[in-house]
Amino acid sequence: MTPEQISRYARHLVLKEIGGPGQAKLLAANIAIIGAGGLGGPAGLYLAAAGVGKITIIDDDAVDITNLQRQIQFVQTDIGALKTEAMGGALVDLNPDITVRREQMRLTDDNAADLLRGHDLILDGTDSFQTRFIVNDASLYLGIPLISGALGRFDGQISVFSGNGADGPCYRCLVPSIPPDAQTCAQVGVVGALAGIIGAQMALEAVKMITGAGAPLIGKLYLFDGLAATARTVTLPKDPACPACGAK
Amino acid sequence: MKLKINGEWVDDLPDALSVSALLTHLQLPVKKIAVERNLKIVPKSTFDTATLAEGDQLEIIHFIGGG
Repeated sequence: MTPEQISRYARHLVLKEIGGPGQAKLLAANIAIIGAGGLGGPAGLYLAAAGVGKITIIDDDAVDITNLQRQIQFVQTDIGALKTEAMGGALVDLNPDITVRREQMRLTDDNAADLLRGHDLILDGTDSFQTRFIVNDASLYLGIPLISGALGRFDGQISVFSGNGADGPCYRCLVPSIPPDAQTCAQVGVVGALAGIIGAQMALEAVKMITGAGAPLIGKLYLFDGLAATARTVTLPKDPACPACGAK
Repeated sequence: MKLKINGEWVDDLPDALSVSALLTHLQLPVKKIAVERNLKIVPKSTFDTATLAEGDQLEIIHFIGGG
């Protein structure tokens, strides 16, 4: 680590759970963020600040003025720019230690395995159950752990899936089939600060997974109720008949 | 049978109710929710066979998929 890095990461280095070895793991880590939106943005900013050495951003969208209420990785002058470019620039501006790979495309069944192969961790903050299923399949196929966050109105949900169907649940043990008439944030609304809470928590779980600090949310589901200011963590068991990871 | 559902006690439910039967009774859409029983998610494939017991504490969790 350079003298500048020792200064930059000083608050990590004093933590016994991270320290020099943990910071070295963060600098060597390669994390994919799917969706440069309300969750991917704050998660990406914190991971860049934490010195995660390689970050891939996958998104096919451009910045719209309606994003700015919560997607704090963007500024007014980004409107109309590609999200991967604008967010990639923001992350590199924040921390020149890191490299950002920008994948300007929608994740599909056909490209998911190729796009995600080689990463240590996948963060899913997309706005579509269909994409969440594709990400989950790729996580299981490649054996890469998945941090899954979701928002709606004042509620947030987050869980970590090991990527190994044998020890613990996958996303579809929770959501086996696509909920009918699923409503997006555009339809039901979402309070902006909630994106920061859940996105930052996804980054925290990522830091824990990479450094080995603490107990990650594997086999657990964290539920946050912003209106009541309450949260609870419940056990999420594997569904033996799961369509993605169950016995075939 | 008496169950606590989303923080409220509900009395006079039939005994040995399955999760599926409870959801039908409450007219809840199975595909849009998860059921948490005593701080543990009930796997959806077991909704027909999971039998609820007096005093169980349940939370109905609506799936959210925004990001």
